[in-house]
Amino acid sequence: MCLGIPMQVQTIDGDLAVCEIDGVKREASLMLLSEAVEIGDFVLIHAGFAISRLDEQDAEETLALFRQILAEGGGVE
Amino acid sequence: MRYLDAFRDGAVAGRLVAQIREAAAGYQGTMTFMEVCGTHTMAIYQHGIRALLPEQIRLISGPGCPVCVTPVGYVDHAIALARLPEVIIATFGDMVRVPGSSSSLQQEKARGADVRIVYSPLDAVALAQKHPEKKIVFLGVGFETTAPTIAASVLTARQKRLANYFVLSANKTIPVPMAALASDPDLQVSGYLCPAHVSAIIGPRAYAPLVEQQKVPCVITGFEPLDMLQGVLMLARQLSAGTPRVETQYSRIVREDGNPRARTILSQVFAPCDTAWRGIGVIPESGLCFREEFALFDAARQIPVQVEEPMEHTGCLCGEILKGKVTPKQCPLFRTLCTPEDPVGACMVSSEGTCAAEYKYGT
Ligand code: SF4
Repeated sequence: MCLGIPMQVQTIDGDLAVCEIDGVKREASLMLLSEAVEIGDFVLIHAGFAISRLDEQDAEETLALFRQILAEGGGVE
Repeated sequence: MRYLDAFRDGAVAGRLVAQIREAAAGYQGTMTFMEVCGTHTMAIYQHGIRALLPEQIRLISGPGCPVCVTPVGYVDHAIALARLPEVIIATFGDMVRVPGSSSSLQQEKARGADVRIVYSPLDAVALAQKHPEKKIVFLGVGFETTAPTIAASVLTARQKRLANYFVLSANKTIPVPMAALASDPDLQVSGYLCPAHVSAIIGPRAYAPLVEQQKVPCVITGFEPLDMLQGVLMLARQLSAGTPRVETQYSRIVREDGNPRARTILSQVFAPCDTAWRGIGVIPESGLCFREEFALFDAARQIPVQVEEPMEHTGCLCGEILKGKVTPKQCPLFRTLCTPEDPVGACMVSSEGTCAAEYKYGT
């Protein structure tokens, strides 16, 4: 029920954005969003509303951590 | 989503599992981690996470499916409203097949009731605009992720001066039952995989009282396999070190302060109230009821209707499943009398119910 789908913002018109993922387009309300978004940002869409912006830098950091874990090998921290 | 594959890398998963083993090795006894989010429940089954973990770590599912925790009396109320000729019920899909005491919305629809499945509460507001002669009742079932969208729909309806948009609210908040289950001696919850998208709204601080009072580690975790393994690792390390705190694994979505704007809109329309959870009973201040100034949108108050005496289905263990006390396989009806095509209880109906997850992905 709390499923959220990350979609990319394509156009913004006031409180309304058109977002796209894998060729599927959807209108989403920006009414609940605390953060400013720009065209090209990924936002998490839930029940027709953007509820959070995906922090790409943060996503990269998590992935960098995974790469480091892999490079280190073993189970050592 | 371009990141997706990177969060499913098998080699990294293997490393994380090795680190989990190591973190758990020095700990005496079983580590029982509960997830309270239906999407986690599905993902754990779908990716076979349990089988990857050492025996010492047990994952149990809690009351994370909003449809499942909604008591039968609410379904009966929705059915009674659906029978009124002037009412159109608008709802997310999962509610339609949930059995009430003697019927379901799906059965009512087959008998001619106007029941519409919508994707967003705003679609329900659009219905109200399109059908001024009808009363549109949206079934407000959800946790803190969904509840702000419903509050926003009410504000939108007010702005459009619609007098025919109503919500039957059974919205709930999740940290309160988490505290109740953490203090249940039968369960011995040693840590929580905190819900991802609920936390995007309420933020990590919402779990601070839980950590302080119950001393249980809390880790806000994403849904991809590596997210969940890393979440389990963070929990295992906290537990071994004896330093319970709130950590955020899913920081690419969850901010330190959650989503303040969504919370403001939520609390503009709704206020905490006591509410009943299937299997758990009434938990004080764990529900969301309309504030007085929005009473005009409250279907429960504005559309009086006679509701039948609620009767839970005998033999269904859904209530115990929602507390993490039994697993679907322990229910004698599982796979025999109760299937997704012909569900007996809500835990089998909802796409994120534990019984539905076990049916679809379990072995
Ligand atoms: S399998 Fe069906 S009857 Fe058994 S607990 Fe789950 S929903 Fe209830």
